[in-house]
Amino acid sequence: MSETPVLRLTDLVVEIPTRTALLKPVDGVTLDIAAGEILGVVGESGAGKSMTGNAVIGLLDRPARIASGEIHLEGARIDNLDRDAMRRVRGKKIGMVFQDPLTSLNPLIPIGDQLVETMLEHLSLTRAEAEERAIAALEEVGIPAARERIGSYPHEFSGGMRQRVVIALALCAEPLLVIADEPTTALDVSVQAQIIALLKRLCRERGTAVMLVTHDMGVIAEAADRVAVMYAGRLAELGPVRDVISAPMHPYAHGLMASTPLASQGQARLHQIPGAMPRLGALPDGCAFHPRCPRAQERCRQDPTPGLEAGKGRAACWFPMDVSVPA
Amino acid sequence: MTDLVRIEKLSRVFDVSKPWLNRMIERLPRALLTAVSEVSFRVPERTVYALVGESGSGKSTIGRMVVGLLNPSDGHVEIEGVDLARETDPAKIEAVRSDIQMIFQDPFASLNPRWKVRDIIAEPVAVKGGDTTGLAEELLERVGLAAEDAGKFPHQFSGGQRQRICIARALASEPRLIVCDEPTSALDVSVQAQVLNLMSDLKDQFGLTYIFISHDLTVVRHMADTIGVLYLGRLVEETDPETLFQSPRHPYSQMLLAAAPKMDGFGREVEPPKGEIPDPINPPKGCAFHPRCPIATEICTRERPELRQVGTARVACHLADA
Repeated sequence: MSETPVLRLTDLVVEIPTRTALLKPVDGVTLDIAAGEILGVVGESGAGKSMTGNAVIGLLDRPARIASGEIHLEGARIDNLDRDAMRRVRGKKIGMVFQDPLTSLNPLIPIGDQLVETMLEHLSLTRAEAEERAIAALEEVGIPAARERIGSYPHEFSGGMRQRVVIALALCAEPLLVIADEPTTALDVSVQAQIIALLKRLCRERGTAVMLVTHDMGVIAEAADRVAVMYAGRLAELGPVRDVISAPMHPYAHGLMASTPLASQGQARLHQIPGAMPRLGALPDGCAFHPRCPRAQERCRQDPTPGLEAGKGRAACWFPMDVSVPA
Repeated sequence: MTDLVRIEKLSRVFDVSKPWLNRMIERLPRALLTAVSEVSFRVPERTVYALVGESGSGKSTIGRMVVGLLNPSDGHVEIEGVDLARETDPAKIEAVRSDIQMIFQDPFASLNPRWKVRDIIAEPVAVKGGDTTGLAEELLERVGLAAEDAGKFPHQFSGGQRQRICIARALASEPRLIVCDEPTSALDVSVQAQVLNLMSDLKDQFGLTYIFISHDLTVVRHMADTIGVLYLGRLVEETDPETLFQSPRHPYSQMLLAAAPKMDGFGREVEPPKGEIPDPINPPKGCAFHPRCPIATEICTRERPELRQVGTARVACHLADA
């Protein structure tokens, strides 16, 4: 791609120093997201997907810190900004949608005021203009009777409506990038479908780049253009959504797809990956996945986890699924 | 096959009114929330009955009434022919109670953090004065953990392992019926697959009957022999998984199936369902689903449809036909 991607992570490493060890919840992640693209980030709890999102928006909780690597937003480096500069970027250029809409909204302030405040902070508008735009923003995310409801408090909305308000809030300053961390996990299926459709439409209409962090493979398949599969802080696989879901190349991605129950056909037994993801403090030598991998060879036990280049630029694996392994 | 569980016209109403003084001053009426309303179904022995629905559909309330954590407002639950809420013979109650166990959604909240795993698992037997020597160790191995784990505390386990401990505890009293309330919702997919497979194996080994409560139709498809779809406290469709997935009859089942994200639905543009579940304190008149139903007609706004046989399914819709 010749254009500058909206977001580019280069070899990002997040560290958490503890008394006994230096943990790396994110270890060498390199990826980019283009304008108007939805990048899905999947993985199990503890794989580092939320940590990656938090690193981008500069909201790592101490003592977690970015140890090395770079984050570029539209070509400008943002990982070394000071707090004030970062605050101007966050909200203005990067919007956020978290899992629980109640924690992202101030329960004591009417939703309209929260939107207006955000816009006044980041855009040069008068209060009246901001109010008009707040109403327009609420209408855009599908809140009925937005003009009347602008004075309502968060608790007066249902879960799905609250998540719409959060999306309106994330988008009101017209950011280049939205980080959506499990935006539909707390919602019912029918509301989830509404929220996903909304995110896709806004992304398409405004050309916003979206990093969609979720553990739901179905949501990824329907919404994302490309998908990154994370395991133990590293990218296991990164590629176009169709390829990664229907023909995964990394054995972990393969196991993950196979263990997801399908709606289209009933299976007597679900595929299961043996074992569990190792704790960060006790990563095995060699490839982090090798103790659970059915295809592991001597090389996997000895050489460190490979980069994506090992599997044709798509899978971080010495023996990706389309290569036969010696028995 | 005999029916292990028979549920007849089960209803549960919660009083969610404000305190009486507020009601006096603000002249508010009593607010009654009907969480479950006239639900009837049967669960034959050694089968899995799944209750599916969105939040507020009453699925957990039914589960809690089945195990006896809540009393029904109306109707009754019979297990092995005994109605626990009405039975007066303590010996009968005791006999039936120990045949019922429950597994909860959150394996972090349902284990006492100060108890060792051994005590947690043996508790259902210990409380009745039974012999618990080696019981926890044996059960831990049955659920895929190690016997040594009996001496550990819950915080030393991951979510999936804790759910295995919950399952071991549920098995301790040798129950015939286990009510599972979203047992895998808090787990990652690969762990979910492990736990679901384990539950199927145990069902075959111990001859168990499950009432499996879930919001996820695809999970239920693997486990269930019969699926009951709930909407706003009522059973709207009941059939076997194949029929439900191939040809759902109720418009709500159709909507749920269409809205569920699919692994092969790349770039799928679905018309998302309209609206949300209505307020259960003032449910819509007639069929509760009519404000969101794409095929609703005039009769749906007036008359509530009863469950009736359509093909192999039971469906509560005026317009469903074979």
